[in-house]
Parts: sequence; structure tokens; C-alpha cells
Amino acid sequence: MRILVPVKRVVDYNVKIRVKADGSGVDTANVKMSMNPFDEIACEQAIRLKEAGHAEEIVAVSIGEAKCQETLRTALAMGADRGIHVEAPADVQPLAVAKMLRAIVGREQPGLVVMGKQAIDDDSNQTGQMLAALLGWAQATFISKLELADGRAVVAREVDEGLERIEVTLPAVLTVDLRLNEPRYASLPNIMKAKKKPIDVLTPGDLGVDPAPRLLYLKVEEPPRRQAGVKLGSVDELVTKLKQDAGVI
Amino acid sequence: MTALVLAQHDNAQLNPATLHAVTAAGQLGSDVHLLVAGHGCEAVAAAAARVQGVARVLHAEAPFLANPVAEDLAALIVGLAAAYEHLLAAATTTGKNVMPRVAALLDVAQVSDIVEVLGPDTFKRYIYAGNALATVRSLDAKRVLTVRTTTFPPAAAAGGQAPIVSAAVGAPVGLARFLGREVQRSERPELTSARIVVSGGRGMGSGENFKLIEALADVLGAAVGASRAAVDAGFVPNDYQVGQTGKVVAPELYIAVGISGAIQHLAGMKDSKVIVAINKDEEAPIFQVADFGLVGDLFKIVPELTESLRRAKAAA
Ligand SMILES: Cc1cc2nc3c(=O)[nH]c(=O)nc-3n(C[C@H](O)[C@H](O)[C@H](O)COP(=O)(O)OP(=O)(O)OC[C@H]3O[C@@H](n4cnc5c(N)ncnc54)[C@H](O)[C@@H]3O)c2cc1C
Ligand SMILES: Nc1ncnc2c1ncn2[C@@H]1O[C@H](COP(=O)(O)O)[C@@H](O)[C@H]1O
Repeated sequence: MRILVPVKRVVDYNVKIRVKADGSGVDTANVKMSMNPFDEIACEQAIRLKEAGHAEEIVAVSIGEAKCQETLRTALAMGADRGIHVEAPADVQPLAVAKMLRAIVGREQPGLVVMGKQAIDDDSNQTGQMLAALLGWAQATFISKLELADGRAVVAREVDEGLERIEVTLPAVLTVDLRLNEPRYASLPNIMKAKKKPIDVLTPGDLGVDPAPRLLYLKVEEPPRRQAGVKLGSVDELVTKLKQDAGVI
Repeated sequence: MTALVLAQHDNAQLNPATLHAVTAAGQLGSDVHLLVAGHGCEAVAAAAARVQGVARVLHAEAPFLANPVAEDLAALIVGLAAAYEHLLAAATTTGKNVMPRVAALLDVAQVSDIVEVLGPDTFKRYIYAGNALATVRSLDAKRVLTVRTTTFPPAAAAGGQAPIVSAAVGAPVGLARFLGREVQRSERPELTSARIVVSGGRGMGSGENFKLIEALADVLGAAVGASRAAVDAGFVPNDYQVGQTGKVVAPELYIAVGISGAIQHLAGMKDSKVIVAINKDEEAPIFQVADFGLVGDLFKIVPELTESLRRAKAAA
């Protein structure tokens, strides 16, 4: 079986982002970029499935600007076998991403797509579900446990009430939650080896998908800032404040 | 215009998150219909009919909808979609699981986790873990939305008198099967709707020490939450997690204990009315959003606070 792992290049989760003064978006010039943290977990899971003999090949896909190839190299250094870069504007939205991934699934015929549950820049939490819909495949989202057997996946999903277990028929789209695994660091020899692994470059046109946004981001602004309050000297002072000033207890 | 809201429930009770989504739907300037899909869920349909602002309840009943998988729920909603301009669900794990599938089947770009309705096609939503607020306009003829419950007040659960009509149910899609659910039963209030939340972080040191948080929560009648670090360390179950990738809460009082205040945590609680931070590191970023801070050892402060509140309660 082949596993497809879509990986998104995003502003690193440690960066304190700045909203542009003209309201046009977030300043991404000269900030550290990384693989979306959930996608690292997806990548790790695919590698573990390969190591366990469930898969023969892992193909990482990234859609966006030329620099996405750096993100693909990270996936290759972790253990993916080859990469596909769809060269497109930086901000292709989930529905168009899902359509491009559908076309790539058509070419590559994977048995599983393993991806992040959410990109930490747009926080959409859509793409995996959309891809599963477009393919007519089963979806298992927000998974924190995975077992494969007999053409099926049994997963634990992190839901608001606790944990849910479902079984899905393969091929399927899985979206991963944070507790599924702890991604490995790429070793130096693997980073060197990754440089020689192949990356195919495609365009949205090759995949027959129009990358134009269907959601217009009219304005991006600073959210209302909270004022830092006061540090108090004692528990009694806190109780008094909560009772008398804030009136919340 | 008419909006269809997916009612969330456990076949016995309507999940209050639904009431917040009904309010958002009402702000679109649409008639609001509620879809109750389940098995043996007549009581839920009846409760849905009493929600104020609901003009009609669609009741879909079938054994395979008892614990519906996304494939089946999405197929049902898509089958009804022709009559609606807006399709909504609360941005719970159910809403997040199902609605993008609906959107893609309808070839619509979903707007996730809206916090404000500016018009029938224009919404506000947070991006970058709550560090930027975007105004988004949908260019599609239909709109698929998920709703952040904390920013829309709940619709009144009583007073409405909507008719209940049954909705046709197709065959199960058959790609996925529900096996079971491990639900954390607790006497405490539910995290996302509690008036007071007490959360513990890595600073708690162990699951055992969370007893201190629970004791404080109990004297306040509060729900218990946690940072991701506390969940990852196995101190508490996953459904306690507050933050960008966990639950979003906005109680009247949020007490963060032994939590540093990473942006991913703040994303889930910074709309709380009053925030209290207890942390031994006076530089911890949590103090930048806290109204009241106590710098010191939580193992000393929390029992003292619990005791002081208990005394105050006894005196009142
Ligand atoms: C993609 C992604 C998503 C994430 N999503 C979330 C999310 O949804 N929610 C979330 O919470 N995190 C999330 N995180 C993790 C987040 O970045 C932080 O790592 C996490 O919030 C830290 O948890 P913490 O504050 O409990 O731990 P720490 O940052 O380790 O802080 C512990 C604090 O406890 C204090 N302390 C220790 N001992 C004591 C004592 N005896 N008395 C008083 N104070 C004490 C310390 O001073 C410190 O400030 C996410 C991270 C990533 C990469
Ligand atoms: N431009 C992209 N390139 C590759 N994968 C993507 C891209 N956008 C989204 N994804 C995948 O979809 C997941 C969910 O993203 P989102 O729906 O935007 O929150 C991510 O974790 C990635 O696995």
C-alpha cells in the first residue's frame, strides 16, 4: 500500500505573529516557517505504518509557493520516500486543496491519506473531511489511536465527550490529533539522504483545479487586547477582589 | 431565506451547543429549521420544537443514526440542502467532523468557527490561534458554517412551538461503523458551558495533584479544564484540554493554575470575563492576560484559596 501525506508549510507555532497595519493579512516575511505540527504527526504515523510492514511507499504532498519544497524535504528527511510539490499561490483554501489532493489520489492510488486535523494558520479543520467527501471515501478525524487489519482501520477519535472508537473501510482519509504519536527528529544522515529523494513539481492546471479563493478575506485585524491586570499579595486579597470588585463569586 | 441547523444530542437530550448555533442562524436573517437525526430521539425533537426562534423541526429517525458517522450524517444533510441557503452546526467535534464533508459534497467553501455574523454572506473568524481576527465573505450561493458557541448567546430552550415533520432517510453509506464511546462522567458542570472553570497545567506535577484543582472547583461549583501539557502528561483525560486545538471556553471566571499561558492555550480561554492566574514564575505570559495574579507556589496557594472560599461560603 502507498500512503499519501499532505504537509502544509505554516508560520512556526512559536512565532508571535503580527497583523499588517493595512489590514491585508498577517506578516509572514522573515518569520520562521515550519511544517504544520499536526502534519509532522501524520508523517510520523505513515512512517510507523511503513516500518510495521503496512505500507511500501510514503508520498508527501505540499501545495503552495516554491519554499514548500523545504517542508517536503523535512518530510523526506523524516522518512517519506518522495515528494510532490504543487506550485500555487501561498493561500490556496481548503476546498481547492482538497480538489488538488483528489486529483493526486487519482494518479497515485494510495490506500490511505494521513493528514493533520487542522492547519495552525487558517485553523480551518476542513481539508481532510472535504477530501474524503470528494473521493467518496470514509473519514476518521481527530484520531489518537490507529490499528490496521483486514482492509480496515480501527481508530480512537478525540471528541468533546471523551474518546470515540470507529471502524472505517480502506481506502480512507485519516486526520490526526496531537496525541497519536511523538514525531521523530530527522538524523543528519537522513537529512543528507533526503536531498537526493525526488520531488515532482506540478501546477494546479496539471491537476485540473482552479486555485482561486471562494472565501474573500476582506480584512484581518488585531483582536481586542486584554489589559494585564494586577498582581495581588495574598489569597484574601484575591477573594475580596473576586467578590466585591468583579462580583463573580 | 432559510437556515438548517444540525441539532446535536445523545438521543435523550439536546446538547446546549445547538442553542448557540440557533442564535447565529437567526442573525443571518433567515427562518431557522433544526434537524434532529437519531434513533429513539422523539424527546430531543420535542425539545428542539420548544427552542425559541425555531420555525420547524425535521426529525430523521433510523437505527443507523443512533450514533451517526460523518458519512451518513453528511449524506442526510446534503439530501435536504436544496431548500436551504445556510447550513450550520456548532463547532463541536461533531460539527467539525460533519460540516466540511457536507460543504465539499455541495462544492461550497465552508467558513469555520464564526464568531460574528456581519450579514448573510459575511462573517468574522479567528485565525492564527486567535492572534488575528478575519472578516470573511463567502462567494458561494450556499453557505456552510460552523459556529463558535462562546460568542453567541444561547437561544431560549423554552417558549417555541415549532411543528415537527419527519425527514426521509436514505440507506446507510456503509463506509464507517461506530464501535463505542468512552465518556467521562462527572458531577461537575460541563466545561464549555460552565460559569466558572478551574484549569491546571504542567505545574500540577501529577494526576494525583489534580485533586487540589478538583477541590477548588467543587467549592466554586466550577468545571475542571487543563492545558495540553497536563493532558499529554496523562494527568487528566483529553476532553479537559482548553485551547486552539481543544475546547474554547469563555466563563465568567477562569482560574489558570500552573499554566504558563502559551498562545495555543490563550486561544481557548482569553474571552473569559475574569481571568485569575496562579503561577510561581512572575514572568509567565499568563499574567499578561490575567485580571488578578498570585505569584507563588500553587501547592500552598490553591489549598489556602479553597479553604478561604469554603469559610466564606459557610459564613454566608
Ligand atoms: C499545534 C499545537 C497545538 C497546541 N494546542 C494547545 C491547546 O489546545 N491547549 C494548550 O493548552 N496547549 C496547546 N499546545 C501546547 C502549548 O504550546 C504549550 O506547550 C502548553 O500550553 C503548555 O502547557 P502548560 O502551561 O501547562 O506547561 P508549561 O508551559 O510547562 O507551564 C507550566 C507552568 O507551571 C508553573 N509552575 C510549575 N510549578 C509550579 C508551582 N509549584 N506553583 C506555581 N506554578 C508552577 C511554571 O512556572 C510554568 O509557568 C499546542 C501546541 C502545538 C504545537
Ligand atoms: N497547502 C497545503 N498543502 C498540503 N497540505 C495541506 C495544505 N493545506 C491543508 N493541508 C492539509 O490539510 C490539513 C488540514 O488543514 P485545514 O483544513 O486548512 O485546517 C493540514 O494539516 C494538512 O495536512
